[in-house]
Amino acid sequence: MKNSFKMMSIATALALYVPACLAAGDTIRVGVLHSLSGTMAISETTLKDTVLMMVEEQNKAGGLLGKKLEAVVVDPASNWPLFAEKARELLEKEKVDVVFGCWTSVSRKSVLPVFEELNGLLFYPVQYEGEESSRNIFYTGAAPNQQAIPAVDYLMNDLSVKRWVLAGTDYVYPRTTNKILEAYLKAKGVAAEDILINYTPFGHADWQSIVADVRKFGSAGKKTAVVSTINGDANVPFYKELANQGIKATDIPVVAFSVGEEELSGLDTKPLVGHLAAWNYFQSVETPENAAFIKRWKSFIKDDKRVTNDPMEAHYIGFKMWVKAVEKVGTTDPTKVGEALIGVTVPNLTGGFATMFQNHHLSKPVLIGEIQEDGQFAIVWETPDVVIGDAWSNFLDGSKDIVADWTFPISCGNFNIRTGKCSGQSQ
Amino acid sequence: MPIADRARMFINTCTWVRITFLALHLLLSLAPRAALAGTEGGTDAWVDAIRRLADRSLRERQAALESLVRSGDERVLVLLAALEEGRVVETPEGLVIRAADGASIDVVSMQPVAKAAEGRKFTLNNHMRTLIADGLVMARVAGGDRAARLQALEAMLAQPPASVPPLLIALLESETDGAIRRALRAVIALSDLGSGDPDRQLAAITVLADRMQPQVHNRLSALAADAAADARVRAAAEAALRALDSRRQVNAVLETVYFGLGLGAVLALCAIGLAITFGVMGVINMAHGEMMMLGAYATFVVQQTMPGALEYSLLIALPAAFLLAALTGLAIEWLVVSRLYGRPLETLLATFGLSLILQQGVRSAFGATNRAVSSPAWMSGSFSPIDGLDLTWGRLYVIIFSLVVFVVLSLILSRTGLGLQIRAVAQNRQMARALGVPARRVDAMTFALGSGIAGLAGVALSQLTNVGPNLGQAYIVDAFMVVVFGGVGSLWGTLVAGFSLGMLTKFLEPSVGAVLGKVLVLLGIVVFIQRYPRGLFPMRGRSVEA
Repeated sequence: MKNSFKMMSIATALALYVPACLAAGDTIRVGVLHSLSGTMAISETTLKDTVLMMVEEQNKAGGLLGKKLEAVVVDPASNWPLFAEKARELLEKEKVDVVFGCWTSVSRKSVLPVFEELNGLLFYPVQYEGEESSRNIFYTGAAPNQQAIPAVDYLMNDLSVKRWVLAGTDYVYPRTTNKILEAYLKAKGVAAEDILINYTPFGHADWQSIVADVRKFGSAGKKTAVVSTINGDANVPFYKELANQGIKATDIPVVAFSVGEEELSGLDTKPLVGHLAAWNYFQSVETPENAAFIKRWKSFIKDDKRVTNDPMEAHYIGFKMWVKAVEKVGTTDPTKVGEALIGVTVPNLTGGFATMFQNHHLSKPVLIGEIQEDGQFAIVWETPDVVIGDAWSNFLDGSKDIVADWTFPISCGNFNIRTGKCSGQSQ
Repeated sequence: MPIADRARMFINTCTWVRITFLALHLLLSLAPRAALAGTEGGTDAWVDAIRRLADRSLRERQAALESLVRSGDERVLVLLAALEEGRVVETPEGLVIRAADGASIDVVSMQPVAKAAEGRKFTLNNHMRTLIADGLVMARVAGGDRAARLQALEAMLAQPPASVPPLLIALLESETDGAIRRALRAVIALSDLGSGDPDRQLAAITVLADRMQPQVHNRLSALAADAAADARVRAAAEAALRALDSRRQVNAVLETVYFGLGLGAVLALCAIGLAITFGVMGVINMAHGEMMMLGAYATFVVQQTMPGALEYSLLIALPAAFLLAALTGLAIEWLVVSRLYGRPLETLLATFGLSLILQQGVRSAFGATNRAVSSPAWMSGSFSPIDGLDLTWGRLYVIIFSLVVFVVLSLILSRTGLGLQIRAVAQNRQMARALGVPARRVDAMTFALGSGIAGLAGVALSQLTNVGPNLGQAYIVDAFMVVVFGGVGSLWGTLVAGFSLGMLTKFLEPSVGAVLGKVLVLLGIVVFIQRYPRGLFPMRGRSVEA
């Protein structure tokens, strides 16, 4: 027993990442709430590093309000209840002034009550299903109308797609997105038999029969496309099976909302050439701002092969906005900064500007890229102008009449314009 | 106009295309000493189109390529083939084609350039890829090697031209190869279906009756439903459709069986190693999945260290993965498991801790992101043993591999001295020791063997799924499920359980979906274990007696 106890304590000590608890001096503290272990570490570790890079840069440029910034990193370990605990720890114990964090919607839902109770500020950098707007959360990723709807428009108008496979992992983001897309497609006159919806469990690895179904569905003589909300880890076996069953991008293109440069870097991309992704940023965008960002990232992470992606740009924009708002009000008080954030405009990395709107969502350009052999995207289409994020979708029955507006006099994330009432909830 | 006349009219076109194609092959495969016959510099339209093709905007490129394909300029074929093979490079001085030996040809003049500037590969989009394929398909049908011609005809069957290109009829006249003639006939017949002439339509239906291509089915369905068509034609189309449909159903069942075998092989492969450590030794090894992960990373490292030998990398990765996992297993056995024999709960906790340490260790060494492991060409793509039934190569090799592993392992257990000792220790440890079997060493060897086999499974998994720190977690539950279902301690039971669970899942999936299918399979196993706690093939062993 003694032996095993010793073993277990060593194991525990090694497995857990214990953040150094530094005394709060005269610094501005920036909380980072991203999983560094567990299933989501694959995506979130990069975002932690992005925030650290932004903090380092801001300090080199003289800090903020004459103080140095200090990053406080915690590891919620891909464990949703732990996200709430760690958020509380950041706000109560570490007394951070702002938090950058979360990836999955379920982790955001888990921390939302904590941020509202303790009046913290959270910047959430990932594309999500919408249907939420909290006073304390700023959504720097895309809402469905900034990713899914323009992607479907592109397939419909430019590729003349007539039949649709909506394939997703079985959780809230794909379910809501597909509900919105189904309503949108039907409104555009697509018949019910031309839409195939398919859900698979997390980490689904055996795609043989589903890909065969897609192939059969797509061989009925009408141009078919797959709209994929398949989550991270299930994508590799999915694309491998597509390639093995001989489905080429020129026959049945797959447009993905969760596959970016980072995911492609862990994949043999040869069989994927020509498949699509819709994002608000690609590493291949040729602007001076982006070139500088990529260069700084590669030197910060000390690896020339590392790539940049859309959620990183979202953190970049979010961080710049927060800095600008803090400078404007001259304090880091969350209430004042939160109010000041609305209307703040900063340059994005794709050559335009991002503005924070009253519903706590951003204006973003929408880009469609085709996967190339080198794991980068060739941009084949983009919206002529930026699109303003819509928190509450106009294509869902329950949310048509709801708007989010955090400015006076509405000041509500869930305002029903028909009844003129604020339900008082933020989700 | 009789067919023979049409043929004579276009036979010249046909020879021309053949010659061009030949020239194209020469140009791209040999050193490009001479440019194509008949190209003296560039005409204005050509120069203009190539300049537009080099434009930054994909829209402009697309339009330029469209006009090039339509122009009928013979140089276009050379350009299209080069584009398809990814040999066109954008340099500051304009587009050049890079030949295999590194020499370059200027696209505008089609002349070799002495020293081409560095550049990057010309970017294409799907629309351009389709244009290229369409532009090349006729030339491919007309000339080149047999496989390429058949492939081009297959592509034409999938997307038949609106009207029969006269060239095809001319080709059919002169063609001697049986398979190509058959394919040519099918393409022509597919166009004839829409001709409106009942005789031609009936003849076409006879030709197409045994064709399983989806396009044939679609066209026949449209014809059968077409009220304006001749009654005889519609009846014939319906009869042909019925025959096709029954063949399709048979194919669908065969396909599902194959999918079931494919999934079953993966499950069995993951579980076989566990059948040794958990089944025979009774050690609950939660780090078993991480042994598979190590095997997959071994494949990655092998591919990284020898990038030139991608085709053989898996064969080298197999022993490497086995050794790495077996040695790690040996270390785990010696450091942890051997100190905890007879205490299953503590073993479970300790090995679970180990699995976390291994995961985080790999994360620190290789990074948190997935690693790209490529598949060799012989494992990619699909084959069709029967017309209309496409099976993937990758799964076939996994099925064969898992059977080979099973057979070899059974032989080791039943025919070798080590196997005899393993079985003896598993059945009655005290008695085996009394008879002079070194039980401690046998334990270590058994654990190493089970771990090594998990490493082999990892090599197979690297071809099917993500190579990342979480790889093991995704399969550990399934592996335990298979072993328990098959009967703890029974190797044969593990194999049968793996394949039957694979089949069950794949036959359930089409009707109830992947999520509910998984739930039903789990429920089924719970009920089964309630009724038969010792699994499909119960066996005597230490774990049973305990």
